[in-house]
Amino acid sequence: MNREMLTGNKAAAWGVRLSEIDYVPAYPITPQTEIIETLAGWISEGLMETRFVTMDSEHSMITAAGAASAAGARAFCATSSQGLLYGFEMLYTVAGWRVPLVMINVSRGLSSPITLEPDHNDILAARDSGFLQIHCETCQEVLDSVIMAYRLAEDERVLLPVMVNMDGFYLSFTREPVTIPDLNAVREFLPPYRPEHAFFKASTPMAQGVAVLGGAGYSYFKYQMHLASQKALEVYREVSEEFESILGRRYGPVEGYMLEDADYVLVMAGSFSTLGKKAVKEARGKGIKAGLLRLRLFRPFPGEEVRRALEGKRGAVVVDQNISVGMGGIIHSEVAGALCNMRDGPHLLSFIGGLGGKNISPREFEFIFDQMVGAREGEMADAQLLYTEREWEEISNLKKIAGKGAKP
Amino acid sequence: MRQRTEPLKSLKDIPREENLLPGTPACAGCGGLLTLRHCLKALGDKVVLVNAAGCFTLLAIYPLTPFKSSWLYTAMACAPAGAQGVRDALDILMEKGRLDPEEDLKVVVLTGDGSAYDMGLSSTSGAIYRNLDFYYICYDNEAYGNTGFQKSGATPLGSKTATTPPGRRQPAGSNLPKKDLFEIWRSHNPAYLATISPAYPVDLINKFRRAEEHFGPKLFISLAPCPPGWGLEPSMSVEVARLAVETGVWALKEAVYGEVAHTFVPKKFKPVEEYLACQERFAHLFRPERQEDVLREIQEKVDEYWKEQEDRIG
Repeated sequence: MNREMLTGNKAAAWGVRLSEIDYVPAYPITPQTEIIETLAGWISEGLMETRFVTMDSEHSMITAAGAASAAGARAFCATSSQGLLYGFEMLYTVAGWRVPLVMINVSRGLSSPITLEPDHNDILAARDSGFLQIHCETCQEVLDSVIMAYRLAEDERVLLPVMVNMDGFYLSFTREPVTIPDLNAVREFLPPYRPEHAFFKASTPMAQGVAVLGGAGYSYFKYQMHLASQKALEVYREVSEEFESILGRRYGPVEGYMLEDADYVLVMAGSFSTLGKKAVKEARGKGIKAGLLRLRLFRPFPGEEVRRALEGKRGAVVVDQNISVGMGGIIHSEVAGALCNMRDGPHLLSFIGGLGGKNISPREFEFIFDQMVGAREGEMADAQLLYTEREWEEISNLKKIAGKGAKP
Repeated sequence: MRQRTEPLKSLKDIPREENLLPGTPACAGCGGLLTLRHCLKALGDKVVLVNAAGCFTLLAIYPLTPFKSSWLYTAMACAPAGAQGVRDALDILMEKGRLDPEEDLKVVVLTGDGSAYDMGLSSTSGAIYRNLDFYYICYDNEAYGNTGFQKSGATPLGSKTATTPPGRRQPAGSNLPKKDLFEIWRSHNPAYLATISPAYPVDLINKFRRAEEHFGPKLFISLAPCPPGWGLEPSMSVEVARLAVETGVWALKEAVYGEVAHTFVPKKFKPVEEYLACQERFAHLFRPERQEDVLREIQEKVDEYWKEQEDRIG
């Protein structure tokens, strides 16, 4: 065991290295590139028994990774944002192949306008693909989640690919103290990949990815994926317990922070949860019984955990770092779906914050808590965008330079 | 260099083994299917076909395939990337002792022209550039056949397709010439590259045998008559494929590391009109009146090509 200061990208690369993967097809994109550069360096030095190949696009990269996985190799690939969307077709395809590929997405806002800093519209666009999704808050969690992801994906009750998500810049380029586990401990937790179902060999011809004709066949295979994803929730609980017993850290499908006696709850995901936790502490200092619920597993959606966490609470606010244009916050609608028909659920409000990496300041969190505490029962509220006066002034100035906005 | 297999001398030498079995949903007289049948005689049954979206995607419908070999359907743009993943995985597993070398397979991309000439060009370029050890068979019926014969980058000048209907403002139908995929691929300097035809099975199989000696990309483009798209009686497919060669429209050739050689040159070329006139997709060039300019341009392009070859050889 070794403790080092690592960026999220380096931590991800360590997770991949310790998982003793066979194959990495790669394609660069900011802010993910440091992951594949790190792996390329280690492979070049002979520190990993892994084949590395540079591809011509993310679409080709995901195809090659999935095809290698279908042939029986443990594969990995990584991307961000535009790259994820460029390869989007293959996410659904590879998930349908039922191969246990593990991918990392380093979240970054989607074009246009083109930008570099994070929000979750990229990863959430992939929510219906069949990939399981783990959203990380810390660099340590990134490393550990990659290892857990292989164990989860390769479980015969699951056999679905997994996407591990971290926020660009806030995690990808931020150094945090990270414990690098011993390889032997990882080996104890993660057995080698020896698939019974995925292979290509001369003695046993095998057709994979074949067409179906008619809705009945299609429905059958799609619903099988849904059942396997739901099953993955149960498998995840086992996997996380075993991870804790061997590697000493616990990661539930959701994480509660000062939640037990809380009346007012922030619901968040990813690295901005750290800002939310700080705000919860501040609110407690002012006498508000605040808490935070962080969604770590997003697919399968841990509905039961969410209901249990929010049962009996007075108010909850989902802070969505994404926007479904024309609808509002994506996670808000999922949480609302989980809570509907519940007798003792909280009054639920929706805020959009942190788009394109925009900070959420302590003052904005204060505003959220004010709204939550002051909300009247039965009152419906549309999603509100978090935006400070100073930010408004800044964009107004830019608009002036661009010759737009109010005439003088 | 790998072991060379003896070349065939005549039709009688064609292997009896069938690795593509009867009972497919392909159209009657499909020139692509006949090509594939010959290709699989040459390749044997230790094969994994990596397929791109196209007519042949419908060869493997759950739970049946007509193949003795394995199959992976990918998507339209990325079969060569799928081949990369499978080839790499097989190599890694053999290296690590997790796969018996006896279990190794030839990795074969199978695509139509829509994928090969248009959408899949980037992933094909990548695979050739990386010197991937694989085969690539393009069944080129000169349009998006599976969706009802719309124009592709492989559609020749003067062809009617569903998206180039001849009309008052565009009487020729397709007014663009066919992309030269052979030359696009050849610029990558692949180990082996050839054009083939289902009407010349001896030439076809011998090309696979010559290709086999080389490590790296082994690429084949087959002109594939398409009875419903071209407007042919199914019984005419082989005849039309032969006419394409005899008129000089479809040059049978190969390139080993970029060095081009023609494998069959007709002693006397038939007029291109003979090839065009028997296909409904070119009927508007003849009726209600002859479009002399288009017919002349098509013939001139063919003459120009062969003149260049003559000059090159000297």
